[in-house]
Amino acid sequence: MTAPVAADAQVDAQVVVENLVKRFGDFVAVDHASFRIGHGEIMGFLGPNGAGKSTIIRILCGLLRPSAGRVSVAGIDVARDPELVRQRIGYMSQKFSLYRDLTVEENLRFFGGIYRVPRGELAERMRFAIDMAGLGGREKTLVGTLAGGWQQRLALGCAVLHRPPILFLDEPTSGVEPKSRRRFWDLIHALAADGVTVLVSTHYMDEAEYCHRAALINQGRIIATGSPDALKHTALGGELLLIECEALGPALAALRQQAPGVIDASVFGNAIHVLVRDADRGIDELPAYLERRALPPIRIERINPSLEDVFVQLIAADAAKRRQAA
Amino acid sequence: MNAARESIVTADGLTKRFAEVAAVDGLSFSVNHGEIFGLVGPDGAGKTTTMRMLAGVLRPDGGGIVIDGVDVVADPESGKPHLSYMPQRFGLYEELTVDENIRFYADLFEVAQDVREERASRLLAASGMSQFRGRRAGQLSGGMKQKLGLTCALVHTPQILLLDEPTTGVDPVSRREFWGILYGLREEGVTILITTAYLDEAERCNRLALLHNGHLLYCDTPAALKQRMSGAVVAITSSAGRAAHAAIADLAGVSNVILVGSGVHAVVDDAASRIPALRDALQRGNVVFDDIAVTAPSIEDVFVALLEDERRPR
Ligand SMILES: Nc1ncnc2c1ncn2[C@@H]1O[C@H](COP(=O)(O)OP(=O)(O)OP(=O)(O)O)[C@@H](O)[C@H]1O
Ligand SMILES: Nc1ncnc2c1ncn2[C@@H]1O[C@H](COP(=O)(O)OP(=O)(O)O)[C@@H](O)[C@H]1O
Ligand SMILES: [Mg+2]
Ligand SMILES: [Mg+2]
Repeated sequence: MTAPVAADAQVDAQVVVENLVKRFGDFVAVDHASFRIGHGEIMGFLGPNGAGKSTIIRILCGLLRPSAGRVSVAGIDVARDPELVRQRIGYMSQKFSLYRDLTVEENLRFFGGIYRVPRGELAERMRFAIDMAGLGGREKTLVGTLAGGWQQRLALGCAVLHRPPILFLDEPTSGVEPKSRRRFWDLIHALAADGVTVLVSTHYMDEAEYCHRAALINQGRIIATGSPDALKHTALGGELLLIECEALGPALAALRQQAPGVIDASVFGNAIHVLVRDADRGIDELPAYLERRALPPIRIERINPSLEDVFVQLIAADAAKRRQAA
Repeated sequence: MNAARESIVTADGLTKRFAEVAAVDGLSFSVNHGEIFGLVGPDGAGKTTTMRMLAGVLRPDGGGIVIDGVDVVADPESGKPHLSYMPQRFGLYEELTVDENIRFYADLFEVAQDVREERASRLLAASGMSQFRGRRAGQLSGGMKQKLGLTCALVHTPQILLLDEPTTGVDPVSRREFWGILYGLREEGVTILITTAYLDEAERCNRLALLHNGHLLYCDTPAALKQRMSGAVVAITSSAGRAAHAAIADLAGVSNVILVGSGVHAVVDDAASRIPALRDALQRGNVVFDDIAVTAPSIEDVFVALLEDERRPR
């Protein structure tokens, strides 16, 4: 592995996306997206289904042509030289990419060939991938008969076989059990510590917390980026209260109407999370407000927001903003 | 459990071998009428294989399955009218549109015209797909395909629903909508068997079966499973979760330290004496943390602990 070049993050950005647009016919899948990913940084892609995450990743891999905008990966203009880009990256697609009727070992050997892993290194790299995926003892098993989570792990193994300096992982842990998901993330962090730059999409909000930075995408636009801490503390635009109540539905409606100091509210499990301008004031005023409506709270307390709160809130706010604009 | 609740699905000594692998190995459980029953366990535990046998698409090597009083191993076709099965990889017709796919499955299940339209629009609205009804399935995003698969599986109301990882790849907001739909079906008396890799969803089931290597380890309500944990769970809130993990993983009396989104969870034998030790270790390791306190165990803490007991050589 080449030594990471010390330079500031802006100069050193491994991925640069500027005003990216992708249209499929009249449909705008990516709408003026811009972001950068620094050397050795783990960037998370979050967003509802259909937001445009995979489309952006496919464009970065040179598999799909942008309608407008500029995209460079490892300093290479993707539009100009997609072949060269592909040698520098590892890509794990959301859609299944392994050969189901080849064995574990045969798949690895096949991808080793595609990625031009030197012959002398192939055995060692395959060993690494098999250990990483926890598939020792299953080298001769047909991939189609492996449990789903194992197939995902093998696909990641194939993506890192050639030690790419940049990794694009599209929902790599989809359907993988929690314990292996943690191992996956240990590995992603180890790779990043070695200077590998990682872009990873996920629907698991706990995984979003493990990224250095995350971008939240909705309907093709990037609506927030920042470290998990920054997203929780500034992007949310308020403080969070948890309210437990007998009648969740009516209480939710009441809180969303004209409750004092309330920005928004949504149901989480058997409680309501209420975004307020000021937590102390909310704890003072909301119980009386609910009692007047015969909805006395059983419990009200301030809580630390999770990234799921941020996700739910920012997506709802963005949807409301678009409705107003329309 | 309550003896008055009748069981509608029973597996008794269910076994399936693939060459040298015993995918399902003497598995017995029974599912009550009108409950949401979760099958959970590590990758390869045998969840999908079990589902496939219950659905009548895979023949067991041994053991019995009774669905609504009928022995379906003897007569695989007899179970099918009662149930709807959504496999882990649902077959969509990529060349057909969203609406055409739904129509195909509705025809297959002989769903009445008015019912299917009402259902389909409600399901598509809940998953934010209403505007894409004319789009070809092959052009949907991964999660949208998953949602279309769910819509097809739910377009008729069977007595029993078998859902194998229905929410994999589905975004957090839609997952909640989906659970709202499942609760609605349960109200209507539908019995639901579900597998999931999201443990917050496991928490929502009435009862859970924890599988490991094709065996049943435990089968109980989430609350009762939590009672089985010995010791207390301590939550450390920190944005430096990895460093916190490293600092405390080897302390005496501390086990099953796991990273969670907000920091780490650790199981301790005695909270009063171990919390000060944890605090010291974090300070020695220069780990910045916001809070350290005993917390109610999550179902994930429970599984980590129970599976760890299982894996430990005896
Ligand atoms: N070839 C195509 N033709 C038409 N529309 C397309 C095509 N590919 C993608 N789209 C549309 O572009 C939008 C973005 O899709 P994309 O796959 O990028 O979403 P995503 O954010 O990855 O979603 P998910 O979380 O479900 O994976 C969707 O509305 C999708 O249907
Ligand atoms: N058709 C098959 N041929 C061979 N082995 C299989 C087949 N289906 C499943 N297995 C094996 O059976 C075990 C259980 O798999 P599965 O039921 O898919 O697990 P889960 O759904 O719990 O992840 C695994 O070891 C898997 O590799
Ligand atoms: Mg995608
Ligand atoms: Mg499975």
